[in-house]
Amino acid sequence: MTENCDTRPHQPLGLAKRGYAGTIQHLSACGTNSSLPDAELESRLIELGFVEGARVEILHEGIVGRDPIAVRVDNITVAVRRREAMAIIVA
Amino acid sequence: MESPLMHLALVGTPNSGKTSLFNALTGSRQKVANYPGVTVERKEGSFVTPHGRQVSVVDLPGTYSLRGRSPDEEITRDFVLGRAKGEMPPDLILCVADSTNLRLTIRLLLELKNTGRPLALVLNMFDIATRRGVTVDVPRLSEALGVPVVTSIAVRKGGTADLLRLTDELLSAVPAVDRQSNWHPLTVPELRATQREADRIIADTVSLPARPDTWTARIDAVVLHPVGGLVVLLLILFVMFQAVFAWAQPLMELLSSGFDALGQLVHDGLPAGLLQSFLQNGVISGVGSVIVFLPQIIIIFLFILLLEDFGYMARAAFLMDRIMGGAGLHGRAFIPLLSSFACAIPGIMATRVIDNRRDRLTTILIAPLMTCSARIPVYTLIISAFIPAKEVWGVVNLQGLVMFGLYAAGIASALGVSFVIKFLMWRDYQPAPFMLELPDYKMPRARSIAIGIYTRAKMFLQRAGTTIFAMMVLIWFLASFPQPPAGATEPAINYSLAAMVGKVIAPLLSPIGFNWQIAVALIPGMAAREVAVAALGTVYAIEGGKEAAEQIGQVLATKWSLATALSLLAWYIFAPQCASTLAVIRRETGSWVWMGVTFAYMLALAYAASLLTYNIAVAMGAG
Repeated sequence: MTENCDTRPHQPLGLAKRGYAGTIQHLSACGTNSSLPDAELESRLIELGFVEGARVEILHEGIVGRDPIAVRVDNITVAVRRREAMAIIVA
Repeated sequence: MESPLMHLALVGTPNSGKTSLFNALTGSRQKVANYPGVTVERKEGSFVTPHGRQVSVVDLPGTYSLRGRSPDEEITRDFVLGRAKGEMPPDLILCVADSTNLRLTIRLLLELKNTGRPLALVLNMFDIATRRGVTVDVPRLSEALGVPVVTSIAVRKGGTADLLRLTDELLSAVPAVDRQSNWHPLTVPELRATQREADRIIADTVSLPARPDTWTARIDAVVLHPVGGLVVLLLILFVMFQAVFAWAQPLMELLSSGFDALGQLVHDGLPAGLLQSFLQNGVISGVGSVIVFLPQIIIIFLFILLLEDFGYMARAAFLMDRIMGGAGLHGRAFIPLLSSFACAIPGIMATRVIDNRRDRLTTILIAPLMTCSARIPVYTLIISAFIPAKEVWGVVNLQGLVMFGLYAAGIASALGVSFVIKFLMWRDYQPAPFMLELPDYKMPRARSIAIGIYTRAKMFLQRAGTTIFAMMVLIWFLASFPQPPAGATEPAINYSLAAMVGKVIAPLLSPIGFNWQIAVALIPGMAAREVAVAALGTVYAIEGGKEAAEQIGQVLATKWSLATALSLLAWYIFAPQCASTLAVIRRETGSWVWMGVTFAYMLALAYAASLLTYNIAVAMGAG
């Protein structure tokens, strides 16, 4: 699947710092290091409200490796690991 | 003529307040069982509508979609589609939404519409939403969704009146012929499109306040702080265990003296003989010594239910995710493991929230190491008999501290075992994702906590009344027969079957400091840990006459060395002394192998820990 990866320039939420606020551009599970298949990871992220256009903000980070992160997605808060947040492309 | 029983199903995302709505509708008319063939908890209740219609309602496991990626979610899917084994397809599905957070539920509802079943949306917690400034154009939302919509406030008296009225209306209009289901698992683009559609409908009919819940933000600033959050977590756990020990004491003493008085009454009212001995020593002192621990079990469940309803459990999982990850555990394992402090059985069943099989298996294997409430009787008995109740460092009770130490030892060994499992079996392990909604904090409601405690206390008492009672009768029998020969000089129990069995296995246990009385008590203790206390009581009560039964602890303090007591404490941290837990492991893993592995590793750890403890204690002069 790697050869089909989206090559648009992108900033993944998984690399953002605490306090970062932005908008989701698109999801791209392709090339992330998650143990889930790409389609499954994207499905789960959408089910938790990570869809294009949603406002996101990193509210909290864990103590070990600043992981996981607590993300405000529109009006709910979701905890994800940075590894999976790499699939969320923001701007 | 009586109307036929109608079937209702509650569907919703986790944290939608589905369970509090279920409680509000059914009160204590609830039945908890399992779905056939799987170990998913099936919660069913019943109520009567204002028009006198008999309704049975099932609270389905929370889910974000009908894709069914875990056994729980598969149940919800199959039930909704009417293809669950041995289940009636529901006459009406109520999709329950948290009114402050509609996005995910509206998407789920759009997916539910494809199933063709009669459907209605319940906007639950509508009072909180109104207070936060969320306004919903209910008629318009209903029109846009194409399903009836009703608001409810599950936690307020009369807050479900509209829902009941609508239920009546919809059930009287149930179509004779079902519409066909055209549901299929949604692909990623379809899922995305459904969410867009949901967002469009919400934008059209709901106005959201600009600011999020400020209380949640303020509490999270402390509770999710990388360092402060962990301090808070430790503090909560510490207070919890001090409370279990200190608050329950007066009540336990009351219960204990009540049973003593009852035993005395029987003793005085009946002629001396077998029946008197059976009732006083076998039944009353046996069952009584287990029921005495009810206050502690209520307190531990009170804490767990309060934290769960408040919304703290998900935060605890967030804080612990990476820390537990170091030991090869998933953050979601935190909740099952925490439940295991009450009892490993609900804990092991709660591992169903972990969708990765390896993570789940590891959690199941270590859950019995968490100090369950059945160990409390054993710990309390030995601690109060052997550890002085003095203050250390000015404020902390030494007995409480030892108790805390035993819990800590359980946790540490669980992390250690998990680490070994990860190292031995799954070195190529890829951590499964941790994704969890952190719900807004909510004030726990006394009524729903009370229902929760009531069901669990009932389960405990039923166990005391059945399994434990049967074991007590058995051990009384073993300890009373055969009767001593005429003119016997030794205590009667030394001639009994119990003594024979105990003496046979005693040599195996003597290296760890156990005498044959302990060996006797450990056998029925296999049925349930707390039975061992009652068994010790019976063994010593019969041996020493009725005075002994009144203070098992005092008797033990004179019969055992400190080293033996400490060794028994160490034994109980690890020993697989619970047949029901092993049975649940067998059922949940679907294999005898994992049950055997659990039994063997726990037994080995218990023996090693006791051997070490006993020999160190003896070397230090406590023998």
